Amino acid sequence: MAVDVVDVSKRFRLYKEKYYSLKERVLHVGRNPYEDFWALHDVSFSVREGESVGIMGRNGSGKSTMLKCVSGILQPTQGQVVLRGKLAALLELGAGFQPELSGRDNIFLNASLLGLSTREVERRFDEIVAFAELEQFIDNQVKYYSSGMYVRLGFAVAVNVDPDVLVIDEVLAVGDENFQRKCLDRIRSFQRDGRTLLFVTHSPEMVRQICDRALVLASGEMLGMGSAGEAIHLYHNHLLAEEEATVTADEPSATTQSRPILVTAVDLEHAGSGSRDYLRPGESLTIKVAFEALQPLDDVVFGIQIRDAGDDLVFGTNTDILGLSSRVPAGPGRVDFTVEDIPLLGGPFSVTIDVANTGGIFYDRRENAARFETLNMGRTVGLVTMNVQADIRAASFG
Amino acid sequence: MSDVQPALGLEDPGGPAVEEQLSGTEESGEARRVRLETRSALAAARGPKSTRVVSARVRLWARMKELWDTRELFTFLVRKEIKVKYKNSFLGFLWSMLNPALNLAVFWILFTFFLPNGIPDFVIYMFAAMVVWNLFQTAVQSATGVVVMNAGIVKKVAFPREILSLASVGTSVVFFLFQSLVLIAFMLAFWHRPDWPDLWLLVPALTAIVMFAAALAVFFSAVNVYLRDTQHLVEVVLMAWFWAAPGIYSLYEVHDKLEKHRIFGIPGTHLIWLYFANPIVPVVMTFQRVFYNLNHPISTVTHKVQPVLATYGTMWYLRSDVIVLAVSAVLFLGAMKVFGRLEGNFAEEL
Repeated sequence: MAVDVVDVSKRFRLYKEKYYSLKERVLHVGRNPYEDFWALHDVSFSVREGESVGIMGRNGSGKSTMLKCVSGILQPTQGQVVLRGKLAALLELGAGFQPELSGRDNIFLNASLLGLSTREVERRFDEIVAFAELEQFIDNQVKYYSSGMYVRLGFAVAVNVDPDVLVIDEVLAVGDENFQRKCLDRIRSFQRDGRTLLFVTHSPEMVRQICDRALVLASGEMLGMGSAGEAIHLYHNHLLAEEEATVTADEPSATTQSRPILVTAVDLEHAGSGSRDYLRPGESLTIKVAFEALQPLDDVVFGIQIRDAGDDLVFGTNTDILGLSSRVPAGPGRVDFTVEDIPLLGGPFSVTIDVANTGGIFYDRRENAARFETLNMGRTVGLVTMNVQADIRAASFG
Repeated sequence: MSDVQPALGLEDPGGPAVEEQLSGTEESGEARRVRLETRSALAAARGPKSTRVVSARVRLWARMKELWDTRELFTFLVRKEIKVKYKNSFLGFLWSMLNPALNLAVFWILFTFFLPNGIPDFVIYMFAAMVVWNLFQTAVQSATGVVVMNAGIVKKVAFPREILSLASVGTSVVFFLFQSLVLIAFMLAFWHRPDWPDLWLLVPALTAIVMFAAALAVFFSAVNVYLRDTQHLVEVVLMAWFWAAPGIYSLYEVHDKLEKHRIFGIPGTHLIWLYFANPIVPVVMTFQRVFYNLNHPISTVTHKVQPVLATYGTMWYLRSDVIVLAVSAVLFLGAMKVFGRLEGNFAEEL
């Protein structure tokens, strides 16, 4: 094992007021109330050598505390972390840069802070400068650098440290797209070298792209650990559960009297309904909308919209587009929308139902009336799935 | 896949049954297994690795080893400190010599013309004590605030933090060397002969004072994180401490004063060991022995023989310095232990 986290707990003391001086401490001795706050509670997991593991969780779930305990910046209150091999932690890019010194001096200082020997820095110096794209400015004082240059230099130094275990805390979200791609490439080559990676992020896509396994933290406790796909599923479920606990479902807002037709229920049905709460890409999904018409109508359009986690519209259609009759008798009824072979790859999706007339007057609308999740078990990334065939051929073979 | 938590609630997660159903765009279980196996083989090929444990327990020897492993960082931190200090000044590091030189010139005028105390070449006597005292004082003083000052890296980078305190001591040693040049310049100017045969005594004396300074530096830098006014307290104590060593006066004056008094019924001279219990005293005396080198010169005021330096033999100096070194080494280990204890919460206290 490269990293062995054994029953790690971390307690912070939250004081009502923090006293830093001897005088204040003496004045308030014995009566300075504080609350114990457990940022981590009995977390145990291990990372095999050469494996890449992601840590997911909301803000305040203890992700960063976990990384700090692993890298030795904080000591766990209980339990221990056993590390095999040299560790480098990338918690903040360019931490420890001295604004007064030149980029060159800072490379040496920062690299040795991260545990790289002078000889190694000298050997890799040109590489570091080239990676940071700072050839012209390397002898300028760092205080004149732009924030982008600063961060690039920080990352360039950090990835050139030669660790067995690399710990990264959401630092990849910096720099332009080009630089981000370079960072990802670098991480991939890290993985190919058989180095171990521990990676904190909010972004499920990053986990899917980079990690073999991932664990999910919530309020300092470990919800679970599994393959990237499973952990992301777990994370999404956790987010949904939290959301549902705080926000009550949308109720129809206007008085029912004035409305000639109402949606009464929305149900989803798919191949695994009953046995599992997620779909696999390519399965079929049926959205069943039950309604009640208070009077006969001859101008009704039922619409569905599927939105992703970021509330972006993925797909929308309605019965008018589908060429269905717009006539509805009074009384209860049902519309079924069936999506065969759902092309969505991974993530939670919500379904919004609306009922309107062809003129665009809304009779009823249910935002997020139902949710479903597709579970991506593989390593492809993105929102939708496509069937891709690849073929590599050397040119000489024609 | 053996360590998937049951909390996931998936049916046979990642098992063969699931993977058979995966569509063409997804990685097969076999490919995944091969990839992970290749990685762990590569990881094994990266050679033997040392094991490190992060926990609330303080492992003194592991810490010492880590300190030794990061000695290059120490050099960089010292170099940075010196570079940054004089980066934007016109005369640069010359200031570190000009400052004491001007100071000395003032003292020379003061003690030659206005307050003659009879000790010939008094500035040499005084400065021999001052260089080593300055080393001790700046080391402890600057180290006390160093962890708080470097909060940015202490919170974000993992490295043995004692190195910050030790780098403060290292920086002071470098400035000490600059100041020694000033001392040598003054000795040349006065054509004052040092005690050549005892010159080597500087080595144990310097080692002892550096060790003592390091012990206090490590201790106070950690305490200062929790009690921020330690900085001011240390400053005041250091100011008083200077007068507890023979820098401006001679040992004989202490002896004469003690002779005239009884303290709690004990003859004052019996208490002179208390004066020597100050670890600074033997070190300062060694420096004066080597640089000033006049035991009983003719007074410039009374023109009679005036005792200035103690007439102890070389072995006495060596023995005293070695005792200071030994005690300081024990204190240093204790300070490291305290630092290790307090370090665990640095990141949250800063």
